[in-house]
Amino acid sequence: MADVEIECRNLWKIYGAQEKEALKAVQSEGLSKEEVRDRFNCVLGVRDASFSVNKGEIFCIMGLSGSGKSTLVRHINRLIEPTAGEIHVAGHRVDTMGEAELRKLRAESIGMVFQHMALWPHRSLAENVGFGLEVRDVPLAKRRKAAEEALAAMDLQGWEDHYPDQLSGGMQQRVGLARALAADPDILLMDEPFSALDPLIRRQLQDQFLGLSRKLKKTTVFITHDLDEAIRMGDQIAIMNDGVIVQTGTPEEIVTNPKDAYVAEFVKGISRVSLVRAKTIMSPLDGHNPTSKTVPLDSELGEIMDQFMDDQAPVTVVDTANSAVGIITITDALRALRG
Amino acid sequence: MELWNIFDKEWVPVGTWVETALQWVVDNFRFVFQAIKVPFDIVLTGLEDGLTGAPDLLMLAIIVLVGWQAGGRKLAMVTGASMIAIGLMGAWEESMVTLSIVLTCVIFCSLIGIPLGIMAARNDRFWTVLRPFLDLMQTIPSFVYLVPIVMLFSIGNVSGVIVTFIYALPPVVRLTNLGIRQVREDMVEAARAFGASQRQTLYKVELPLAMPTIMAGVNQTIMMALSMVVVASMISVTGLGQMVLRGIGRLDMGIATVGGLGIVFLAIVIDRISQSFGVSARDRGHKKWYETGPVGALRKLAGKG
Repeated sequence: MADVEIECRNLWKIYGAQEKEALKAVQSEGLSKEEVRDRFNCVLGVRDASFSVNKGEIFCIMGLSGSGKSTLVRHINRLIEPTAGEIHVAGHRVDTMGEAELRKLRAESIGMVFQHMALWPHRSLAENVGFGLEVRDVPLAKRRKAAEEALAAMDLQGWEDHYPDQLSGGMQQRVGLARALAADPDILLMDEPFSALDPLIRRQLQDQFLGLSRKLKKTTVFITHDLDEAIRMGDQIAIMNDGVIVQTGTPEEIVTNPKDAYVAEFVKGISRVSLVRAKTIMSPLDGHNPTSKTVPLDSELGEIMDQFMDDQAPVTVVDTANSAVGIITITDALRALRG
Repeated sequence: MELWNIFDKEWVPVGTWVETALQWVVDNFRFVFQAIKVPFDIVLTGLEDGLTGAPDLLMLAIIVLVGWQAGGRKLAMVTGASMIAIGLMGAWEESMVTLSIVLTCVIFCSLIGIPLGIMAARNDRFWTVLRPFLDLMQTIPSFVYLVPIVMLFSIGNVSGVIVTFIYALPPVVRLTNLGIRQVREDMVEAARAFGASQRQTLYKVELPLAMPTIMAGVNQTIMMALSMVVVASMISVTGLGQMVLRGIGRLDMGIATVGGLGIVFLAIVIDRISQSFGVSARDRGHKKWYETGPVGALRKLAGKG
């Protein structure tokens, strides 16, 4: 099993003066969000969330606004104090950590990108990007060098002495990314980083980030309200609704096997052509004779559809040793396409 | 006594009470108030000696240079013209005294008001407690507290500064509070997310972003201090205010006008200069202060030579 970098266990967040009492009541009586609000005047932000993120993986948390996804991600660097539960980051217990240790962790191990960039308008790009090092009292020359490198990694060399308001939205978010990467942290937290950008720029930045991510292998928690984006970016996806993690799984698992009506509603409009793979939709070989048309186990639905262009005879699925393991009929393929 | 006119009699002798209480404070605690006077006295005496002692033309040059640095050549011309007008009217000496009183007041208002404002922005309960006091300080007619101030601090320029301080403190507290509260929450959150302590967040993010609003508060404070100079002259504060008061007393329209015009010109100079300190770097085209004005010109010369 891969190394776990971030793990949250039974995390609860209740906002309000009576959070402890409310927590007890919710845990023992299973109150709903509305009951908590009416009885304790508290808001239930995150409800018993557990998840783990492996080293180097992109973990998407998907949910609509108000589902608690931004609240959840802020527990990882404890910008928000949990009401109950454990948070482990890179082998440290974040929820019980002291103030100084927490600041060190935030400055050195966790980079964060914000939805509305949150670049400081009174600081030049170099000063923005070098902030995490500045608060750790890293000397100016070293800070400047790290900032230049981080900006160059985001194709922004030569912009060091400009100010955020002189940049377009897409460029600003690249600065936001550079700022998160400047201290070379192991973990990136991205809170809807591309939501505020127009579609074309968003696409470009997604690609740029994916490329960078493959190269740098940072453990990333990526928040989004857009399932397409979650599927594009994520190795794992967690779907949140009303503070609860409804389902966690790979993009394919989520799309092909939604756990409840809420998730099903979400994945309805998602194209399965490049998502569903042969091994998911094939049926066992028993009885059928292998056909001459073969596809590998992990071929995408699109490639399988291509096989049916000329004739509609079933397709045989083969494993890496080229022996037949299953069969897909045109009906299977069409059904998978429809979802 | 007639029942219909029950209010002919004074039932609650507030006046007597206050008088007794004040007398008691004066008898027992005057030394406390005399001690409070000391820092005001030191700063005021230093400034007054400096401003009135320096040659007029040197002071004029300094003020014009400050104007140029703060707001460019146009402001330098406005300040120059205003100060020359004051000088030509023969109110130079008095205007320097008034200027030193106003500056002392601003120094203490900022020194006390900005931290108070920051604390108020951090703590809602403190702000709730502080607000009625600020309202009181701003609305109570200054004539009312002239008498106790005189009894506790005696008369003179230092007492004048204290009276002015009470009246002019609220805006800087209010606007500092407002400025800090208005800083976008994600800017503060980002600072915390990158490991800044509360102090670092304050100095590196919150204060710089709130600075235009805080400077608007300081500007308001200055304007209120200037508006107090005539009232303060009633407890023998010297300067332009006293010219006006003397004019009223002697029905001497000439001297009152000179004093009044002097206050107006001085107000223009201080207002414009302090306003241009509050212009954000963004609106200045992201030039550092030392890249503009006389200092920038000097640096350019030095760079070429």
